[in-house]
Amino acid sequence: MTVAAGPAPPRVSGGEHEHGHLEELRRDPIGLMRRVHDECGDVGVFELAGRDVVLVCGREVNEWYFRAPDELLDQGAAYPFMTPIFGQGVVFDAPPERRAEMLKNSSLRGPQMKGHAEVIAAEVERAVAGWTGEQAIDLLDFFAELTIYTSSACLIGKKFRDQLDSRFASYYHDLERGTDALAYVDPYAPIESFRRRDAARAALVELVVDIMAARTSGQVVGDKDLLDVLMSMTVGDQPRFTADEITGMFISLMFAGHHTTSGTAAWTLIELLRHPEELTAVVTELDALYADGSEVSFQALREIPRLESAIKEALRLHPPLILLLRVATEDLEVGGYAIRKGDLVAASPAISNRLTPDFPDADVFDPSRYLDPRREDDVNPWTWIPFGGGRHRCVGAAFAMMQLKAVFSVLLRDYAFEMAQPADSYRNDHSKMVVQLEQPCEVHVRPRSGR
Amino acid sequence: MRVRVDYGLCQGHAMCEVEAPAVFKVGRADQVEVLPDAVPDEHEAAVRLAVKYCPTRALTIEGDA
Repeated sequence: MTVAAGPAPPRVSGGEHEHGHLEELRRDPIGLMRRVHDECGDVGVFELAGRDVVLVCGREVNEWYFRAPDELLDQGAAYPFMTPIFGQGVVFDAPPERRAEMLKNSSLRGPQMKGHAEVIAAEVERAVAGWTGEQAIDLLDFFAELTIYTSSACLIGKKFRDQLDSRFASYYHDLERGTDALAYVDPYAPIESFRRRDAARAALVELVVDIMAARTSGQVVGDKDLLDVLMSMTVGDQPRFTADEITGMFISLMFAGHHTTSGTAAWTLIELLRHPEELTAVVTELDALYADGSEVSFQALREIPRLESAIKEALRLHPPLILLLRVATEDLEVGGYAIRKGDLVAASPAISNRLTPDFPDADVFDPSRYLDPRREDDVNPWTWIPFGGGRHRCVGAAFAMMQLKAVFSVLLRDYAFEMAQPADSYRNDHSKMVVQLEQPCEVHVRPRSGR
Repeated sequence: MRVRVDYGLCQGHAMCEVEAPAVFKVGRADQVEVLPDAVPDEHEAAVRLAVKYCPTRALTIEGDA
C-alpha cells in the first residue's frame, strides 16, 4: 500500500481554541468546510478536539476516498457520537467482516422492494387520512413521524409498526438531537442534549419492553416479524437478547434511513414550493401517470423523471449528511500529501455537491441538470455524492428514492401545498452532527379541488 | 452489449439480479457473476436498469462513458 510520503497537508485558518475548530464545527460546519476548500484546495486540515481531520474535496481525491477499503479507512471509530445512541455491540462496534455479513441479511436487497412500496404507500395514506380542510403542518414533525412508521414497517415488520404511536418518533428525535460534535471530546459530557438523548434511549427501551410483553401475553396478532424472531432466540433456557439489545438493534436499523429520508422529503417539497414552474411540471407528470388509476406501489418502482430530478436536486443542495468520516488505520498518502495513522479523514457532500465546473450554477435549484444529455449525477460519480460513493455508497439509495416517489405520488396527487412562512426562512439546523430542519418549518395543505 | 464489473466496488447487494436475473447472479455470494459473455438483445433494457440501480455503481456497459 501507499507509504506516507510528501508534506503534511495545508491547515485552515482559525481554530485557536481549546478544542481547535470544534466550536466552529458546532456553529457553522458548512462555512468551516468551505473555508478549508477555499484556503487549502483539494486536501486540507482542520482540528477537532486534538485530532487532525483531513478533508478531501475534488474528483480524484474523492475517488481515492470512496474506493479505499475498510482496512485503510475505517468507519468504526469515526462516529463516537453514535455509540451512546446504538449501545455497545451494535453496528459500528462490529468489525468490518461482521458488518459485511450483516449486509447479506439486509431487507434492502432487491426482492423485498415491491412489498416495501406497498407498505409505504399505505403508511402515507394513513398519515394523511385526517387532512380534510385546509391546515398547517410542520414539515419536520410530519415527515419525521411518517418515516418512523415506514422504516419500522419495512425493516422490522408491520406488526411492530402497529404497536407504535407518536411517542416512539418523539423519543427517536431526541436521540438524533443528541449528536453534538462535543462527543469528540466526551460522548457523555454533562450537556442538556446528551441528557435528553440518554433519557430518550431509556424511554425507547421501556416502549420495547411493553411491546414485547404484549406479545408474550398473546394480545398481538399478525404475521411473524423481526421482533418475533429475535424474541424466539435462546441460549440454553435464557433469551438470547435483552430488550435493551433489541432496542439498540432497532435504533441502528432505522437510523441511516430516518432523518435522511425525512429531511429530503421536506427539502424536496420546500424547493418545489420555491419553484412553482417545477412543481407544476411534477404535478402534471404525476397526474398523467395516475390518470389510469394505477397503484402508487406499482409506479414508485418505475421511472418518474421530473419528480426524481427534483428529489436529486434537493439532495444535492441539502444533503442530509454533510460530513462523512473515516479513521486512517495506517500512514497514507493522498493528492501528494501525507495522512498519518489515526487521523480522521473526511469527505463533504455539502461542499462536493456544489463544486464547479462539475455543477454549473451550483447554487441554483435546477432539476433539468439530471435529464439527458446533462445527467450531472451519472457524469460526476465522485463529486455528486448525496449518497456517498464507492463501496460504502448508501445501501438504501434505491429504497430511499422509491420511498420518496411513493410519498410524493400520494401527497401531490391528492393535496395542494403552500408556504406558510417566507421562502428563505426554511433552513437547516447545523448545531448537531445529524442535520435537521430548523423549526418553525410550516406549510399549508388542502385537498386538491375535485378530490 | 457487454457489461463490465468493477470488483473494487461490488458489494453483492444483488439489485442487478432483480433487474436482470438472466444476466447477473449473486445469490448469497459476495460479488456478482455475469452469466453470458455478451448480453442477448432481449435483456439489454433490463441490464440498463441494473446498471442504473447498482447501489455501488459497480456496473458499466462497455462503450458507455
